[in-house]
Amino acid sequence: MAHDYLAVAEDYGYSPDICGYVKADVATQLKGGEHPMGRIPKPALSVLTNACNTYLKWAEIWERMYHTPMFTIDVPGARDADDLSAAGDRNFEADRRYVEAQIRELIGLCERVTGKRFDIDRFRTVLTHANTMSRAWARILELNAARPAVMNALTDGTIYLGVANGFRGTAEGARYFEQLVEELEYKVAHGIGTATEETYRLIFVGVPCYPIFRRFNELFTEWGGVFVNSTYLWFASGGANRGFEYDLGDPIASLAEGLLVSVRDAMNAMFHQDRVVATMCRECAADGVIFHPIKSCRTVSTGLADGRRHLTERTGIPSLFIESDMMDRRVVSEAQMKTRIDAFFEGLASRRRQATAATSR
Amino acid sequence: MAYAAGVDVGSTQTKAVIIDETRQIIGRALLDTGANVVKAAESAFVAALEERAIDEREVEYIVGTGYGRYRVTFGNTQVTEISCHGRGAVHMFPGTRTVVDMGGQDTKAIRVSSDGEILDFCMNDKCAAGTGRFLGAAAAALGLPLSELGPISLRSDKQVKISTTCTVFAESEVLAWIGKGKRIEDILRGVHVSIASRSVGLMRRVGIEDEITFTGGVSRNIGMVRAIEERLERRLNLSEDSHYMGALGAALFAMDHLLEGRTPTRHTSALES
Repeated sequence: MAHDYLAVAEDYGYSPDICGYVKADVATQLKGGEHPMGRIPKPALSVLTNACNTYLKWAEIWERMYHTPMFTIDVPGARDADDLSAAGDRNFEADRRYVEAQIRELIGLCERVTGKRFDIDRFRTVLTHANTMSRAWARILELNAARPAVMNALTDGTIYLGVANGFRGTAEGARYFEQLVEELEYKVAHGIGTATEETYRLIFVGVPCYPIFRRFNELFTEWGGVFVNSTYLWFASGGANRGFEYDLGDPIASLAEGLLVSVRDAMNAMFHQDRVVATMCRECAADGVIFHPIKSCRTVSTGLADGRRHLTERTGIPSLFIESDMMDRRVVSEAQMKTRIDAFFEGLASRRRQATAATSR
Repeated sequence: MAYAAGVDVGSTQTKAVIIDETRQIIGRALLDTGANVVKAAESAFVAALEERAIDEREVEYIVGTGYGRYRVTFGNTQVTEISCHGRGAVHMFPGTRTVVDMGGQDTKAIRVSSDGEILDFCMNDKCAAGTGRFLGAAAAALGLPLSELGPISLRSDKQVKISTTCTVFAESEVLAWIGKGKRIEDILRGVHVSIASRSVGLMRRVGIEDEITFTGGVSRNIGMVRAIEERLERRLNLSEDSHYMGALGAALFAMDHLLEGRTPTRHTSALES
């Protein structure tokens, strides 16, 4: 579907180099909200964080199109890669008060826009469901360290991510995740892997290749490669991987804390992904890492080459660097990717043969 | 005597190599790939057999490589050209640790271990800038045979700075310099230096370690050899058979299979079948 939407936005004047998500949305707005899954209503208010610089430009587009307000929650980033400050720390508490003040301002704005009063009890119910989902999300990632892996982080994981983000804070979302954890725990207990043959355990770094979502994964599973974890399940889950739970006794201050924790963690998963990936490799006993920079999102792609080099120097784990896009199929070259992926697995196979030969000597 | 073969179906040319159990090349063939990839693979294989009048049935294992590796319909299995160039280069020059392969539409830098294992590789992406295709376009623009470009470029004493290695713009870039009255050898020298610089960039990304072996069709171009050597300030390993390195690597993998009695280790791709 995406290419039709990208074409509409580019005809309108957006460059092919602009974020594919933004262009697809612009086209959706230009089509009056028409979308294969239904009609998307016009926004009355846009709320965003500064987790991605493009969010700001994106909300400004709606502001211009609909003359509706935009509200940016400015979340201070980690002061450096090792900034693990948490609740109670002086800097963290200052940042929390800063975010909390913005949330209170947003509540007032929402009341004006909607004409409805803020209901703190309903808010607590939403946070309760969000807590269940967050707890489950962390548990799912933890469960997948099992051998064999019980879900494919690139395919299954992305589907779960859709539910996590689309149904966050709802009873349906909470129920889905409770059942999912139950199912995956059963699979772990009974050794039921997601693949019939798990030959290589892989980590995925970046955003999936949606234009050929299924085929992309097959290029790896044909060799017995299974994605056991993915940075996408970290940064695109809004930091739910941390399993952060809101304090219902002080929900607004706790929401501020959750925003700080999750946005920082999401950013660290992108910008300091070499550390995140080294941890994932260790915990999941990975055989290789796939770096997948995408053309139309420089935010997640910039620095991946350096991150990869750093990871190689630190751990020596084999890795592959393949570029495509999350929406634009014009820059997805399956034949070129296949040659690189095949060569990567040929190297893994040869390495394993030699290791086996060395131990049997 | 048992024989094994490698057939390398590249974007521009198809190469076939036949080796014996001592891993010596006993037959080789090279022809243009053209539009019929299956036919090109067959013809190259048959031509390689004819060099020593070997019966096709004596060749017990065949590995296909290159972009058209799945079109080697008579092959037993496939191995990527990345693994094959690394293997071939280490076989021919055992001290090889870095391979630069310049073909029709790809330039690859490959870092290998002493036993030919691929440690890392890097290729041009999406675009054929800085590959053999650029030289082809420059030759067409100048009305010269491809084989003359390298020797002519060596006559230059005042290199033109070529700013683009984009294959699409090669012709206009070259013609623009002719329009400015520049000599052909100086323009060609600029073309070679520009492509060499780009390929050295790829090599730096995988890490350059001696010895360096130059493979692929463009390795026959003396102008490119000199341009890369000057850029690196090191000598490149070269062989009369550098052009056949991918096919040789494939034949070596085929011989491994044959001698070890191994069965094919991989599946046929849905993409190609």
